[in-house]
Amino acid sequence: MNGGAQGRGLRAYALLYLLFLYAPILLLPVFAFNSGTVVAFPLNSFTTEWFGQLWGNATLRRALFNSLTIAFSAAALATLLGMFAARASTRYRFAGKGTALGLIMLPLVLPEIIVGVSLLVVLLAVGIELSILTVIIGHTLICTPYAVAILTTAFASLDQSLEEAAQDLGESRWNAFRLVILPLVMPGILSSMLMSFTISLDEFIIAFFLAGSEPTLPTYIFSQLRFPKSIPMIMALGTVLVATSILLLALAEYFRRRGAARTGQTNSGGFL
Amino acid sequence: MASRSTEAGQGLRMIAPPLLYAVLMLAIPLLTILTFSFINDGYQTVIWEFTLENYAEVWADPIFRALMLRSLGVAVLVTLATVVLAFPVAYFLSFVVPPRRKAMWIFLITIPFWTSYLIRVFLWKVILGYNGVINSGLKSLGLIEQPLSFLLYNTGSIVVTLAHAYAPFAILPIYVALERIDRSLLEAGRDLGESRLMTFWRVTLPLAMPGVLAAVLIVFIPTMGDYVTPTLIGGGKIPMVANLIQKQMLAVDNKPLGSAIAVTAMVIVTLLAGLFLLLNRRFLRVRT
Repeated sequence: MNGGAQGRGLRAYALLYLLFLYAPILLLPVFAFNSGTVVAFPLNSFTTEWFGQLWGNATLRRALFNSLTIAFSAAALATLLGMFAARASTRYRFAGKGTALGLIMLPLVLPEIIVGVSLLVVLLAVGIELSILTVIIGHTLICTPYAVAILTTAFASLDQSLEEAAQDLGESRWNAFRLVILPLVMPGILSSMLMSFTISLDEFIIAFFLAGSEPTLPTYIFSQLRFPKSIPMIMALGTVLVATSILLLALAEYFRRRGAARTGQTNSGGFL
Repeated sequence: MASRSTEAGQGLRMIAPPLLYAVLMLAIPLLTILTFSFINDGYQTVIWEFTLENYAEVWADPIFRALMLRSLGVAVLVTLATVVLAFPVAYFLSFVVPPRRKAMWIFLITIPFWTSYLIRVFLWKVILGYNGVINSGLKSLGLIEQPLSFLLYNTGSIVVTLAHAYAPFAILPIYVALERIDRSLLEAGRDLGESRLMTFWRVTLPLAMPGVLAAVLIVFIPTMGDYVTPTLIGGGKIPMVANLIQKQMLAVDNKPLGSAIAVTAMVIVTLLAGLFLLLNRRFLRVRT
């Protein structure tokens, strides 16, 4: 099928495309370690000053703490909700299942600004004060569809007879789930947690609407991008963030592969 | 409960927690802005009286119409660029890359997508800016004397930035659709005397259409509502619909009018998506 010339042409194109994808990110460390205060060429000398600025920045520390709190809570909640939805979707048949799952997955096809705006209007109308809690509510909503997608794959690859065997051998339904199903889907759970965590950590527009006066990492970055003086520090921050997300993604991929191996699937794709 | 032991009852109880959450935090808020869009704005409050004034005001406003058209134009261009550029990559992944290397390629493609969206968008400003990578590169090569100022702060730069941001969204669904194609169909096409190009046009492309469709919708919808890119790359000079919604909701604090804009934008997006799906179904039927 793949004639040599055609394959080579496509490979060259794919490599160019990768370059396009990576071009902006490759610039990050270049400016993060450049001593010039203006982010432009030509470069000055090497410095780690901007990383030092990160360390001493109290607002940034608060934003980071808030973002980690939000991301961890949203990831845990979304994964928990995702497990219910994935199990319902793979194990049971009932009227209205499609509609219910459709509503749960809806945030995937809604512009995030609509999610943010509508939640804002309701929260203010009910009289709930904006805080990191309200951001957790919003982030859980947008992370849940991803959790459902990952966990559905994990639950769907289970052999139902394993659970039935455990129940036939006298385990209660809960014990059968805890002792047989849970260990088998654990890689999926971890993968879903990491994915949700990463999404929440990077989400801007919902946090922008719902965080009130509390900074999160993205809203802090957004506020700093207006000041040319802060840009080199933001480049350093970006370098740290990129390194961290690559690490998290590598972990997620590791768990996914281990999960695939454990349930005896062939390994043919990424986060699909 | 009679349904306690039935499969349907168990299923409903199982899906109840995420469903309840989606109803409370998504369905009710969406219905609320729909309601808000039909009532009057009072000072720091709303007046509970049915009105169509918000919609009349939105549609009479030339700024809204201009921003809506710009958002649509940008979203269409971004979608077109993203999907057309992504298709060959997805094709390469599915047909050229050997199976054991596929996971690695997909991993490579998804990594940039998971790194800070804000910073990635801002970096395009660094690339396209007055003293940016392109301008200083061209200058040092002696190709230009003065920096090109038309690179930044225009619709084109917004399109490039967004096309970059949504690239993996387009590649992955097309790749999945291509992977599902039964390879013997392609051989059959070739054996029956079709050229490689005609096999692609009459077999591969129609079978890949569900993936292309998903890619189009996944890119088009969030691009329409993007706030960050017009703000950072457009420098505030090229606002899109999201900027208008944000302004009405927060700065002007006219929630009914803001809701009317949000609902209008949502309805337009939904209608267009529906129309696109319909046209596509017809296109596929003609071809098969």
